[in-house]
Amino acid sequence: MDPTFSLIAILVIALTASPLPLLMQRFGRGHAALATVLVMSACLALLLPLVPAVMNGTTLLASFSWLPDWGLALSFRLDGLGLMFSLLILGIGLLVTLYAYYYLDGHDHLGRFYTLLLLFMSSMLGVVLSENLLLLVVFWELTSLSSFLLISYKRESYESRLAARIALAVTGGGGLALFAGVLLLGHIVGSFELTQVLAAGEQIRAHALYEIMLILVLLGVFTKSAQFPFHFWLPQAMAAPTPVSAYLHSATMVKAGVFLLARLYPALAGSDLWFWLVSGTGALTLLYAAYLAFYRYDFKGLLAYSTISHLGLITLLFGLDTPLSVVAGVFHIINHAIFKASLFMAAGIVDHECGTRDMRRVNGLFKFMPITATLAIVAAGSMAGVPLLNGFLSKEMFFAETVGHPVFDEMSWLLPAFATLAGILAVAYSSRFIHDVFFNGDPVNLPRKPHEPPRWMRAPVEVLVAMCLLVGIFPQWSIAPILNVAAGAVLQQPLPAFHLAIWHGFNAPFMMSLLALAGGIGLYVMRKPLYAFYDRLPTIHASIVFERAYENLVTFARTLLAGLDNGSLQRYLALFFAFVLALGGWAWWSAPSAAPAVVTQTADAASLVALGMLMLAAFGVVSQHRKRLTAIVFTSVIGLIVALIFVRFSAPDLALTQLVVEVVSIVLLLLALYYLPPTSPAEEDLPRIVRDALLALTAGVGLGAASYVLLTTPFETISGFYLAQAVPGGGGSNVVNVILVDFRGFDTLGEITVLAMVGLAAHALLDQLILKAPTHDSEGRHWARERHPLFLEMLMRPLLPLALMVSIYIFLRGHNLPGGGFVAGLVTGVALILQYLASGIGFASARLPQRLPLFLAAGLACAGGIGAASSLLGFPFLTTAHGHLTLPLLGDIELASALIFDLGVYLVVVSVVLMVLADLGKLSVHEGVKS
Amino acid sequence: MEALLAIAIGLLTACGVFLMLRPRTFSLVLGLTLLSYAVNLFLFAGGRLKMDAPPLIRDGANYTDPLPQALVLTAIVIGFGMTAYLVMLALRALAESGDDNVDAKEKS
Repeated sequence: MDPTFSLIAILVIALTASPLPLLMQRFGRGHAALATVLVMSACLALLLPLVPAVMNGTTLLASFSWLPDWGLALSFRLDGLGLMFSLLILGIGLLVTLYAYYYLDGHDHLGRFYTLLLLFMSSMLGVVLSENLLLLVVFWELTSLSSFLLISYKRESYESRLAARIALAVTGGGGLALFAGVLLLGHIVGSFELTQVLAAGEQIRAHALYEIMLILVLLGVFTKSAQFPFHFWLPQAMAAPTPVSAYLHSATMVKAGVFLLARLYPALAGSDLWFWLVSGTGALTLLYAAYLAFYRYDFKGLLAYSTISHLGLITLLFGLDTPLSVVAGVFHIINHAIFKASLFMAAGIVDHECGTRDMRRVNGLFKFMPITATLAIVAAGSMAGVPLLNGFLSKEMFFAETVGHPVFDEMSWLLPAFATLAGILAVAYSSRFIHDVFFNGDPVNLPRKPHEPPRWMRAPVEVLVAMCLLVGIFPQWSIAPILNVAAGAVLQQPLPAFHLAIWHGFNAPFMMSLLALAGGIGLYVMRKPLYAFYDRLPTIHASIVFERAYENLVTFARTLLAGLDNGSLQRYLALFFAFVLALGGWAWWSAPSAAPAVVTQTADAASLVALGMLMLAAFGVVSQHRKRLTAIVFTSVIGLIVALIFVRFSAPDLALTQLVVEVVSIVLLLLALYYLPPTSPAEEDLPRIVRDALLALTAGVGLGAASYVLLTTPFETISGFYLAQAVPGGGGSNVVNVILVDFRGFDTLGEITVLAMVGLAAHALLDQLILKAPTHDSEGRHWARERHPLFLEMLMRPLLPLALMVSIYIFLRGHNLPGGGFVAGLVTGVALILQYLASGIGFASARLPQRLPLFLAAGLACAGGIGAASSLLGFPFLTTAHGHLTLPLLGDIELASALIFDLGVYLVVVSVVLMVLADLGKLSVHEGVKS
Repeated sequence: MEALLAIAIGLLTACGVFLMLRPRTFSLVLGLTLLSYAVNLFLFAGGRLKMDAPPLIRDGANYTDPLPQALVLTAIVIGFGMTAYLVMLALRALAESGDDNVDAKEKS
């Protein structure tokens, strides 16, 4: 089979088959477990044929383009390091599957568990097999998410959920930092492919962004691998079922961090910053976690802290940055995975059999489960670094690397002394685990009588412990080949000479090992005063600290939100205006000083009178705003004066539009007022009014001042083109209309679409609405008995054809003289509304088209269609054509295709006006029918 | 003359803002209408003030700037659309809550 095909197939199978156990669950627990085993075995079967090639030093690559512009490719890579990790992930995965089948009892939903396990395994495989760094980050985050689900497997327990949340917050947050770091790394190298990145070490270290990139990547690594000060999520995660712990904290999750350290070693290592950051963090974690592990009462907690400590050791080894220390680091990754998985499983068996994990109660189990005890003792011996076991070998290599490390030549004793101290602590906590659990008297008050577990529950532990011995006794034969290719893949250069053997003679590392063994046992013997001392120290519970911080954050967010979002529109508006004013003030004072004012027009008497009226009317609106009818009258006065301003300053189109809009708006407001309370109650306190008045004054002064500066600053118009091209290009001499329907036709199309939406929204808002109309006016008088005065009715009917004719006239001349679709549409709308008002809704609706949304659509179709027609003819959207047409009576008419566009505008405006006002009018019919 | 228009704009803005900050929907509609007038005039002022120079192409005439006028024309119509929508909303709110106060109230 094609190797690249197999490589892709491994991941595809792993990911797509994850739900299989969930589906098989219905046939029973056994089927779910079997499905899991099958998926893992299939992956393993695909992987094994690739082993020979990788062992010969080949790096298998498979790549598919995905988002090439962003440098994201579906590219995978299998080299020694990837192979070693894949074997660990799949091998220990299989053992955990078997183990979990017995560990989780009949009530548990095994299908869900196995599906999550497979999902997690797939994401881990993705991490170790990715060639593209962005892809790696994707899988990295997937491991955070799936481990979140695994840790919270016992979702009914608060402790589990909290632990999962902490793990997700820490590792997911670190994942974000890693993402940023990887983006920087890709930016530095110019590629996200590992092959390029690993070859660009020199270039990366010389780059100005190297430091920040390194720190970001290391944040990802340290959070994932539970390095100090991010270690606290790992002991919390012990709330997960033990199979999860055995998997996550031996071969997978936490190893993802050190995997990345190894993976990027050639690209990132080799600087002082790397040395100090990585080895410093590793050393601190190694010692601190070993110290804490010694004091645990919970033996699973002890294992958790020892895991952190060993991860610190691996990190330290990569940080020491010598070829041999890297080999030792890779070696210890394997060894730790093997012995820690078996230890967790053994601990799980004990927990399962005893119902508690408290070492003050779980004692003397050797009598009850001698086989399990022996296995656990061997594995713990490996953890402590006892000769003939695998942990001893990598620990010896570690000791050897600390002796005579080049950086500490002045204080060459410091590093070995430190390593020995860590070794002493490791021996001490391992002794505690062995002695307290399996010896040390009798069990105290256990919930049930412990005995050996089922045969096959112990089998995974036996396999792993056998491997501890195998590697420990025959390293050269068992582990050396895979270690060589894995370390070679990490270093990306020929391996240094080293020899895996149990016996190297009486050299310094061996002496250190002996010292550590003796010291550790000695420390354990003196444990009682030490425990007493430790118990007096104040303890910090990471979960409580996290939870408190989390709750403070939530409370802060809620307070902030409640402060801003209290449901008061007045508040929002006041804040909004204040903010806009602050921005405006800032712009005003930071702007360059304005050019000297140029006043082009002198004020005349008429203008002064108009301003005076405007002031009066504005004052009237504000002072009378509680008497609503009066306020409307004053508002209409202002609208009229605004129309006059337009007339005065050469804007006839605007004046026309303003005038008609004014009429429609007033009708609208009056109709609304029929239902709304006629007056506003006086309900405001003085400070509120003062605040609003201040805001309003500032806004007024600000916009007034801005207007004055604007008006008196000379400017150069950008409208030359429009003026020059209106007749030759647009076929109309009314430049404003030509701009609307031709030059900027697309804007107008958007605008009438907005209008159409208003019409539809009005329909939606008022449909089925029942409002109580008052039977009296504001002064308590009954409405006139005659709802539709005959005089008005008779007067309005002949007015309709006249008004329609006017609107047609305004529409047709619009291209050349003031007018056009907007104004004509509004005029028609007003004419029709007058019929409603004068003759009543019954009369009008019987005679007027009722399917208004259809007209709306027709209008939009007209305007859009004429634009599309030009596209069909090969011109850009909304291109217009024009020509002359001679009609009888009317004479020569300049006809432009823009006229059809304008017709669309006209139709939309008429429909919207009618929809809004007629719908309002219909409300009164509902009421009339009711009463 | 420029000063007069600037005063008018400022006055309309101030009245509009003050009314928009009142607690009843009707005042809000009125305030928004006034503020629309002010903003339309402000946009219009961007073309400066010219008398007897409408942008209608004739022989030998001078023209005021047509672009702000086109902008303001659409603004007037859109302003009407917005007022209409706001009025509908006010009526709907009145029907739903039995009150024409603009502030959301906790349902008691």
